[in-house]
Amino acid sequence: MDTVTLTPADFTTDQEVRWCPGCGDYAILKGVRKALAELGRMPKDVVFVSGIGCAARFPYYMDTYGFHTIHGRAAAVGTGVKLANPDLDVYVVGGDGDFLSIGGNHLLHVLRRNVDVNLLLLNNAIYGLTKGQASPTSIIGTRSASTPAGSADQPVNAALLALGSGARFVARTVDTMQDHLPEMVKRAHAHKGASLLEIYQNCIVYNDDAWGGLHEKKSAREMTIRAEHGQPLTFGPDGEHGLHFLPETGTFEIVDTAEAADRITVHNERNFTLATALARLPHPMALGVLYCDPAEDFTAAWEHRTPYRPMNRDDLQTLMTGENTWVVG
Amino acid sequence: MTDLLDKAGSQTHETSTNDRMVVRFAGDSGDGIQLLGSETAKATALSGHDLITLPDFPAEIRAPVGTTYGVSAYQIQFGGPEILTSGDAADVLVAFNPAALKTNLNTVRRGGLLIVDKGSLTKRGLEKAGYDADPTEDGSLAGYRVMLIDVTGLTAIAVAATGVGKKQAGRAKNFWALGLVFWMFGHDRTATRNWIEARFKATPDIAAANIAALDAGHAYGETAEIGADIAFRAAPAVRPPGLYRTVTGTDAMAIGLSAVAACSGLKVTYCTYPITPASALLHALAKLRGHGVVTFQAEDEIAAVCAAVGASYAGGLGVTASSGPGIALKAEALGLAVAAELPLIAVDVQRAGPSTGMPTKAEQGDLTMAVHGRHGEAPACVMAPATPSDCFDTVIEAARIATTHMTPVIILSDAYIANAAEPWRVPDADALPDITPAFRTDPENFQPFLRDPDTLSRPWVRPGTEDMIHRIGGLERSSDTGHISYDPANHQQMTDLRQRKIERIADAVAPAAIEEGPDAGDILIVGWGSTYGPLKSAARRVRQRGHAVAHLHLRLLWPLPRGLEEIFSRFRRIVVAEMNSGQLLELIRAQLLTPAEGLNQVTGQPFRAGDVEAHLLRLLED
Repeated sequence: MDTVTLTPADFTTDQEVRWCPGCGDYAILKGVRKALAELGRMPKDVVFVSGIGCAARFPYYMDTYGFHTIHGRAAAVGTGVKLANPDLDVYVVGGDGDFLSIGGNHLLHVLRRNVDVNLLLLNNAIYGLTKGQASPTSIIGTRSASTPAGSADQPVNAALLALGSGARFVARTVDTMQDHLPEMVKRAHAHKGASLLEIYQNCIVYNDDAWGGLHEKKSAREMTIRAEHGQPLTFGPDGEHGLHFLPETGTFEIVDTAEAADRITVHNERNFTLATALARLPHPMALGVLYCDPAEDFTAAWEHRTPYRPMNRDDLQTLMTGENTWVVG
Repeated sequence: MTDLLDKAGSQTHETSTNDRMVVRFAGDSGDGIQLLGSETAKATALSGHDLITLPDFPAEIRAPVGTTYGVSAYQIQFGGPEILTSGDAADVLVAFNPAALKTNLNTVRRGGLLIVDKGSLTKRGLEKAGYDADPTEDGSLAGYRVMLIDVTGLTAIAVAATGVGKKQAGRAKNFWALGLVFWMFGHDRTATRNWIEARFKATPDIAAANIAALDAGHAYGETAEIGADIAFRAAPAVRPPGLYRTVTGTDAMAIGLSAVAACSGLKVTYCTYPITPASALLHALAKLRGHGVVTFQAEDEIAAVCAAVGASYAGGLGVTASSGPGIALKAEALGLAVAAELPLIAVDVQRAGPSTGMPTKAEQGDLTMAVHGRHGEAPACVMAPATPSDCFDTVIEAARIATTHMTPVIILSDAYIANAAEPWRVPDADALPDITPAFRTDPENFQPFLRDPDTLSRPWVRPGTEDMIHRIGGLERSSDTGHISYDPANHQQMTDLRQRKIERIADAVAPAAIEEGPDAGDILIVGWGSTYGPLKSAARRVRQRGHAVAHLHLRLLWPLPRGLEEIFSRFRRIVVAEMNSGQLLELIRAQLLTPAEGLNQVTGQPFRAGDVEAHLLRLLED
């Protein structure tokens, strides 16, 4: 694998970025470029695949190989890229509509197969490019062009869906958290197998304040908890709160760090039960690597069952001839 | 247009001559009829006869025993010097139960031989088949020769010594019948014996029972007084010298994809989703276990084609396959491959539609979908194999076109071609021409959509190539830089370029030519796909009656090959015969303004040469 010293500029194309001013995508783009520069993989060995939607324009702005495909199918296209050339670093980028609605089936399967792609789910809980309809992650009551009386459908929890699909890596971050997002991209990349990174994102035009205060630095500290492997699950501006896991109910009790530091649960990325409990938590919203438990990835699993080897003409002759032949004249 | 359906049952059957024979096996779908048929085909081929088969089975895997809708059949025509069809009507029907007799009697010529398992003619069996009385006793089989043999009982006796249970003994009766048939036609049993031994290696008692049944059926023919006139020796095939084997269309397509891998060095990436009758191709390729071709069973049809598109983008050759309903689901992604100008092969093993239709029956109803069935102006190449063995050549040519012209190629096979078997001369692997995809590695003046002046195809670049980083996608792109462009003039130009690129494929392949018959005359019968054999056979027979009738067969359907108009101008009538309601006919009329007429049949069954012959004769009287 070729690695060199790179800067975010090495991943920046000459294309004018066409997202709305103030869109969370800008911050994500910035963080992803930073992460890729730090990873040091040559841009020529990196492929960005996307579907349709605002987020899916991502490849045009990354100076790597890129393929902007069709709505919902990027995970399937990315799987094909890995089938033909497992050495490429593949990032699959899409929004909540792309990944969880029209492409929900492909997300399920790319995760269960553990295809070594990095799935960046840019979740703004709204359809942006089609001008503001409720999405599969919109909270009940979301007023939108398609739901003037408020949406009635239960939103899907992407991290829980991923865990249920057999994902071996599930993480969350927030577009504006530039001290966290690049690190999460790098963790996703380091995981051999399918990595789902859900990035909470704001849509300034159709769903401003999409995640109710998550984008305000101050409130975010109260609203979120950054799970770190081997560290106590604390949150708050000064880490004054902590989570105590209750195995009987599968939920958490919020405790005071000063009073009950020893009761605060230590995060373990390999603990599936803990990961599902964190993924379900409405308050605080769990960020960070919720689950990381590596297993043999798709390419390796098939390679050891049916190793690909090129066919030469002698092999072909044997195959063509088969077992039952006769000779004429 | 003429519909043959209303005349079904009263057609002039292809008459049996003493150089060929049509045999049909029919029984419960659990009776091993298809196995019986394929073993007969193998032994027939090894005995030096030409042959074509017609497997004819229901979609249900194991319908209730003894019912008419659970009947599976397999027909084979063999002999010499050349066999073009699976036969219009059977000379011999082997019926394993009353339901099989009832549903297949109309496929037997008058005077034909019915071999019926006497042991199956029970009251319950007759009732299940809907017979009020035993047809072998009430005179309803008058006009046929009937041979009642207790296959069930004789098989039980034959296998008794091997110690297998009653259930296994019952399952061996197809081998008993096979033994008798082999005796009738002088076929050698060795290959079938070897097959049984290999197949049932883990269960030697079952192998022994099946071989005992095979030998007992053969011995019955030799010793029982069933009339020596039953035995028949067909004429040998007259074929060019060489090494031969039998292939089904599925075999030939799988071997062809392996040849594409060997001749191109590309990683052939076969992505599909299970569907009848295309799944057999997945099974054949999966057996290669990653040798030359990798297989991927996707979560759905759309994922399958998208993975194939991704594989081609990454520098492999993406191949996807399905049948009509699945191809419909792939339409959007095929449009992406057209827009992104990536090579791709999409095999459509057509079956009777619309919707679920008749999944195991053949039809040519997807031509219009293949040519036009995408959103926007999305031209692609469409080809069709003529015979089972032609699948080999067609898929190799499709790979060459796809990689040279940077386009999806849709191959229209069908349920008949996929399942039917015929002899195939094994090619010399070293003599197969290279397929040389021109991956671009030179960054000098590189733009992803700057075209080759001859083919108008864009360069193919493997991701990972130094100094060639670029992005492609479904959005319209500038004809020079490849960047997103909504410019009106550019869209017109790109639309025209995509169209002209496909048109130029016609310059790279052989022009249209008459398959057989005079250069000019009264009727030119035009076909495509699996109708090749029946149409060729029908035209031959009409010529033998002294008429100037020729046959033209299209392998390239879009773009249409060069030279068609000129050939058409030399015939008084152009008849386009298809197993649909006139889809090629429409294309020809629209593209060439030729006042062609249709001959159409949508029954799920191949044309009978006799029906086509009769139709042509009627036209000649006009």
